[in-house]
Amino acid sequence: MNIEFFLELLANGALTGLMYGMVALGIVLIYKSSGVLNFSQGAMVMTAGYVTWLMTSFGLSIYAAVALGIVAMFVFGLLIERLLLRSMVGQPIIMIVMLTLGLDVFLRGLVPGILGTSPKHLDIGVGMAPLILGDVFINRVYLVGGVVALALFALAALFFRTRLGTKLRAVSDDHVSSWSVGISVEHAVAMSWGLAGVCAVGAGTIWGTVQGVEWSLTALLFPAVAVVILGGIDSILGALLGGIVVGVLGSVIPGYVDPLVGGSTRDVVTSIIILLTIMIRPYGMFGREDIERI
Amino acid sequence: MFYRLSGVHHTRYASARQLWPLPADRWQVAAVFVLAVAAPLYMSDLYLSSYMLPWLVWSTATLALTLLMGVAGQLHFGFGAVMAIGAYTSIHLTQAGVPFELALLVAGLLAALIGCLFGAAALRVKGLYLVMATLAMQFLVDWVIVNVKAISGGAVATLQAPAVEFLWIPVDTLVARYYVALLWAVIVTLLMLNIKRTSFGRALVAVRDKDFAAAVIGVNIFKYKLLAFFTSSFLGGVTGAILAFCFYRAVTPQQFSFDISIQLVAMVLVGGLGSTIGAFLGAGFVLLAPIVLLNIVAPMVEAGWLPVSASLMAHIPLMIYGAMIIGFLLFEPLGLAKIYDNARKYFLVWPFRHTQS
Repeated sequence: MNIEFFLELLANGALTGLMYGMVALGIVLIYKSSGVLNFSQGAMVMTAGYVTWLMTSFGLSIYAAVALGIVAMFVFGLLIERLLLRSMVGQPIIMIVMLTLGLDVFLRGLVPGILGTSPKHLDIGVGMAPLILGDVFINRVYLVGGVVALALFALAALFFRTRLGTKLRAVSDDHVSSWSVGISVEHAVAMSWGLAGVCAVGAGTIWGTVQGVEWSLTALLFPAVAVVILGGIDSILGALLGGIVVGVLGSVIPGYVDPLVGGSTRDVVTSIIILLTIMIRPYGMFGREDIERI
Repeated sequence: MFYRLSGVHHTRYASARQLWPLPADRWQVAAVFVLAVAAPLYMSDLYLSSYMLPWLVWSTATLALTLLMGVAGQLHFGFGAVMAIGAYTSIHLTQAGVPFELALLVAGLLAALIGCLFGAAALRVKGLYLVMATLAMQFLVDWVIVNVKAISGGAVATLQAPAVEFLWIPVDTLVARYYVALLWAVIVTLLMLNIKRTSFGRALVAVRDKDFAAAVIGVNIFKYKLLAFFTSSFLGGVTGAILAFCFYRAVTPQQFSFDISIQLVAMVLVGGLGSTIGAFLGAGFVLLAPIVLLNIVAPMVEAGWLPVSASLMAHIPLMIYGAMIIGFLLFEPLGLAKIYDNARKYFLVWPFRHTQS
């Protein structure tokens, strides 16, 4: 019960949380534009990890691989939107949720099936030795991951100030009024799927380095869902802060409780975060409250 | 076969309101029932135990879930956990010497009580948030089952189902287990067929269509949402116990994981939300289609027609399963029940299509 142990859990938890936030950012972008909660974001992260690994296995450097991965995943996101989601507009929510879950299952079969199930090693060239600050050990990859996540969040925030981003904000406000002022809602939604694909490259590369590129990357969906619920599904700031909260709680509580009950309390913490948020404040910390009319 | 609407003139309300007003439908139901009862006579043990029995039990579970999702409109992504509660309760009770019939009832009741906790979320939120809340509860129940040694006996432990008797008949042979599952399936099917004809069922439908509007016309939505969760979880809990005793004959936490919850929702949707026959068709399709398609693909691969690696082969069932969910949602959102309904309506008036109203 010393302070260093706590600080270490805190620091690594916050960095993990930022990396969760990166997965969550993709979900937020899609939800903001189209009101679809993308349960296949975990599978997209896995696909992005595999794509990056495939590029490096052709002998490309990690930077070139990530750049090509961004292009590939952007197109992939556009294709998913065009082929699957567009024809589901106006269907009940359960249909759309299940469609993204079906896509998750499909990708979990297809991608490891073609590219191999054994964990692929991905190296972003920072070494495995932990960074030592005083008595606190910090995982170097986590540190890079946290920085990349912050950069992505900053880019997302800046993006919403551009012309295209303004259109996206308009679409997230109201579809019909966007149409009436000449904004193509379809383009905006497709764009958000493409950008979610780009976020997936960041998350896939970092998480692929941390735990190897394999199908278990899809399990990132669950903490990411907790992040978006806690932060508010349509809030980018929420994904950032929610990510840090989920990461810290998911690191500190298991750090002290796991030795007592025998492990794997992280999922429990995540579940409880989801449940408490939904019970107390369903729209999350920064989400917009929807008012329902008959 | 030939213009089956011919000569059907209902002269009493009772005959117009019966479950199957058309003689053709009654014959069909009777034929299916006889086929199901006689299945042990004409089916080999392998087919009975690995296709027919799981199909019946999963169909029953799908019926229980479609009561909640299709009739009452409450989304539930944690039904695997509800079934797990039933399975574990029944196994522990029978191991303690409680008669099987009573154990099934208590298993259902306990599952229903805990299922009502899932329902408590439905009182606060709906739609997407209800999906997440039930999903989170699935993980919580899973964790409790795995980590409380008194329930599961440890993370990798398997609890064997003890030998039991149902109404003084020992449930030890495959045929006996099949008939227990069939009996439960028939009971749940009759319940589902009749529930929309009761005030309870109509109240659930009102809550599904618009809960505020239902409240305005005097339906207590608080009560009926909880009742929907209670009824559905009761059926789900008993089905979980039947699954453990009749099919697996043992129970491990993995049998009721999150993936199973997804699979149940897939069965409901592929079959058609809220449809009784759809539950049977959907469960059969989700269980069997990947196996059948794999059996078609495998010889083609062996013959060298398709360049498919071994690792891809192993993933083909998963891909088919995912593609199936996507395909049904895209091309037939009303599911197999709608396809069946179209075919039935076509043949009802065949060959006088112009008489179709």
